[in-house]
Amino acid sequence: MFNAQLIFVHVGEHSEEKEGLLQSILKEGNEAAKNAKLLFQSGDPVEVILNVCALEKIDLLILGALQKENIFKYYVGSIARKLTRKAPCSVLLLIKHSVVRIPCKHIVVNGLKNPKTAETIAKSFYVSQKLGCKKISIIEEITQGEIHVKVNDDISLRRATIAKQKLTKREDIRVKDILDTIEAPLKSEIQIKTQSIFGKRGYSIGHYARVVRADLLIMNAPNKTGILDRIFPHDMEYILSELPSDVLIVKENVFQRR
Amino acid sequence: MANKQTQFQSLVNSIPKNIFAGFVVSLIALPLGLGLAIASEAPPIAGVISSVVGGILVAILGGSNITITGPGNGLVVVLLSAITTLAAGDLQQGYLYTLAAIVISGILMFALGAFRMGILSDFFPSSAIQGMLAAIGIGIFAKQLHVMFGYTNVQGSTVDLLIEAPDAICNFLFDNHNNFIAGIIGILSLLVMICYSKIRNRYFQLIPAPMWIVVFAVGYSYYYELILQQPYPVSKDLLINLPDKVLSNLAFPDFSILLQGNFINVVISITLISSIESLLSIKAVDKLDPLKRRSNVNRDLKALGIASSISGLLGGLNVVTVIARSSVSANNGATNRWANFFHASFLILFIVLFQEQLTRIPLPALAAILVYTGYKLASPKNISKIFGIGKEQLVIFLTTLLVTIFTNLISGILAGIVITFVIHTILNKSIGFFIRNLFKPNVLMYKEADEKENYYVSVVNFCSFLNYSKLKSKLDQIPAHEDVIVDFSRCSFVDHTVMENLHNYIQTFTSKGGHFEVIGLDLHGANTNHPFALRRISASKRMASRNLTKRQKSLRFVAQDFNWSYKPSRSKPFQFLHDFSYFKTKKIRKVKNIMTNGECTLFDVIYTEGEFIAKQVIRSTMIHVQLKSPLPLFTLDRDGLFEFFYHLVGYKDISIEGHPDFSKRFFLHGHNQKEIETFFTNELVLFFESNTYYHIESTDNGLLIFHKERLASVKEIKAMSDFAMRLRNTIFKKAKKTKSLQEC
Repeated sequence: MFNAQLIFVHVGEHSEEKEGLLQSILKEGNEAAKNAKLLFQSGDPVEVILNVCALEKIDLLILGALQKENIFKYYVGSIARKLTRKAPCSVLLLIKHSVVRIPCKHIVVNGLKNPKTAETIAKSFYVSQKLGCKKISIIEEITQGEIHVKVNDDISLRRATIAKQKLTKREDIRVKDILDTIEAPLKSEIQIKTQSIFGKRGYSIGHYARVVRADLLIMNAPNKTGILDRIFPHDMEYILSELPSDVLIVKENVFQRR
Repeated sequence: MANKQTQFQSLVNSIPKNIFAGFVVSLIALPLGLGLAIASEAPPIAGVISSVVGGILVAILGGSNITITGPGNGLVVVLLSAITTLAAGDLQQGYLYTLAAIVISGILMFALGAFRMGILSDFFPSSAIQGMLAAIGIGIFAKQLHVMFGYTNVQGSTVDLLIEAPDAICNFLFDNHNNFIAGIIGILSLLVMICYSKIRNRYFQLIPAPMWIVVFAVGYSYYYELILQQPYPVSKDLLINLPDKVLSNLAFPDFSILLQGNFINVVISITLISSIESLLSIKAVDKLDPLKRRSNVNRDLKALGIASSISGLLGGLNVVTVIARSSVSANNGATNRWANFFHASFLILFIVLFQEQLTRIPLPALAAILVYTGYKLASPKNISKIFGIGKEQLVIFLTTLLVTIFTNLISGILAGIVITFVIHTILNKSIGFFIRNLFKPNVLMYKEADEKENYYVSVVNFCSFLNYSKLKSKLDQIPAHEDVIVDFSRCSFVDHTVMENLHNYIQTFTSKGGHFEVIGLDLHGANTNHPFALRRISASKRMASRNLTKRQKSLRFVAQDFNWSYKPSRSKPFQFLHDFSYFKTKKIRKVKNIMTNGECTLFDVIYTEGEFIAKQVIRSTMIHVQLKSPLPLFTLDRDGLFEFFYHLVGYKDISIEGHPDFSKRFFLHGHNQKEIETFFTNELVLFFESNTYYHIESTDNGLLIFHKERLASVKEIKAMSDFAMRLRNTIFKKAKKTKSLQEC
């Protein structure tokens, strides 16, 4: 679909049996699957996969993930989560494994005020064209702090409401500017909706994706995070701890840049 | 400028009204202030000082509108134990220590306000607060009952005092003693309090009951002095003792035990109770405001803190917002803070002018007022009301009540919080569920981006007193004249505290012309039929169908109004739904809340999409219209959400000739283009163009209409059914016309 070569990585000892099994699965697939490359390497799964990403100059890493993590995993970190953070390329986390492909009907994209956002929105249009998705919602998450008015009584509430309207308008214009830079063919036949949400960054978009039952959520790559970020979660952590749908994290590809 | 002028004018115009309200309130505040101070074993004037300082300062600095401030009921028990224990029984010294505690707690309250901790009161389960208030009521009742019969020297814990009460009554009735007249005055005063509300005479009601008691009691003493010319038969120590020169004999706090444990304990108790009492009162009084303003809670807390500190420095009690006096003020036409100010001014006037008369008030008369308030706080009616909400609420209530009575207020409220949490975990059979989700944000609010622009609030996981503040902070950002829908369908547990508070929001929004609705609770079971009962998804199905939610009840009401029939649930889903292409790929689980008039059937439908891991449960409200004349198969849609799907099946967008605007705005799909084009006549196109948008599908004899893939609020349901009826009539008329044309 993306005219890409698939590389399957199996972490563990190579054996005829395993290879045979994988090959037989792949044979049922289409052309791309038949041309796929199989790699067998043993070691720590995170390191192995990261190595392969670097060696093969991977553009997109696809991972299966659990929808919810338990408390222990949350703090120690599952493999998928570690990979998400460390991978040098974009990552697609799948929670809905299905033999029959479920048509992707609605994509939710973040529209944060961030230099990475323009790239993310552009990529999401590319992806939705490829997947045949007809609806994209761009969510502008605005943190409460930006309103600068604390609601105490009627007067401050009115002021806060006006401030919100202004911010919403500003964000809409900003997203519109980004949308204008995207070429028309990419946008054709796609219904675009923008929605401003005032709330916790990263959390609101995940909750929104659940409410509108989005099929795919596309996010900017997070900045570096450590253990403190998991104790005081923000942004991406909310989404990783409770995946609302399949999630694609767009990272600027280091290899492409070179 | 003109605006300012009119504002000033209306302010001036409002002054007479507020002077009157302030006057009436001062009539009730005077006896209450004296009584509350005496009940706390403080000098009687301390209560009046608190009212005066509170009234003036909070009127100037406060952030609420029609509240009245002064000494509060809730603090009597804490202050009493502080005054009697801090100096090991020396009441005068204990009073001075307590004044110091009041000054410090005022500073703490100011800090609470400054750090915007007004939300603190949201973390207490409402049944626990009820239990605490009842315990305070019992405490006041137990002590003052003895005083009412003329025994001022009884000591002991609340329990001891209650056990001794029957003895006191027997003593009073059968022993000959010189307190008899005083006791009779007490009993008569109590009768006045009880009967006051039952006498609906305009002139009698002009003066509040406590003032009548004072008037009667003082008049009685004059009757002895002037007409009978006999000494007053009530002994001197049963009369109010005021210092000769009120203003020069003010007490000054003693700060010498600042760091002792029991002093700190008292400070914390006073701060806790006074902030909870004030916050609850402010919330309640806001509902009485004729101008529907919203109080600035944090600013009010700051003002109350300053007032408390200054009152303490002058020898007065704590200043809190009081509900009873505020409601009297509102009933007598108060419109702004001037009422509070004038109430304080009149109090000063009374003290200066009637000092001599005040010393004639017998203590039993004041005690009777307090016995009545204590009884009101802990009346059996409250208990039966809480039992009506649910057995578990009664357990919380009683735990808090008993622990408070046997230990102290802080342990009581802590016990209430712990038992509430334990009950919640038992009901949900999971502690991890709460711990895991406690600190996660769980509320999403946004303005729905369609023509109606209502606010949509979705809550996930659970919503209880532990995280209610998250929901509250979102809801508080919505102007009360807007439309709000709160969706709990993704939330598996909602507790009583939240249900009660949501009810308050519904009232506020209704009174300000907005609309506030709660949806998604119809599947949650509740143990009782009470609208505030806690609801959880884990309850059995039987329970869910037995106790209807507020939404279900109003649906039943709407159905009655329209002459439709209503059924909360149905064992099997409708067969006809499967004929609609929308449901081709979906599995219908359940149909609930069915309203029908034979032709139009409105229902909530719960269906799933996908299977196994990809499975998603969707709830939506739809309406089905049965039609006699055959219809072409079509789908009318606006936002193109379903367009993708129809592309796959080979449908394409059909445009109706002569209506480019309609074709642009709506996506119309169908197999038989000709039939559809003839079906969409000018009238029908006009009808769709001029009405709100719905997604519409047809089979050969029915239409399916729905709006969003979520449940609809009652207001939306009304609009939907109206739309469906009119659509049916339009199609019906059209069919008739074509028929008559054919016949011609």
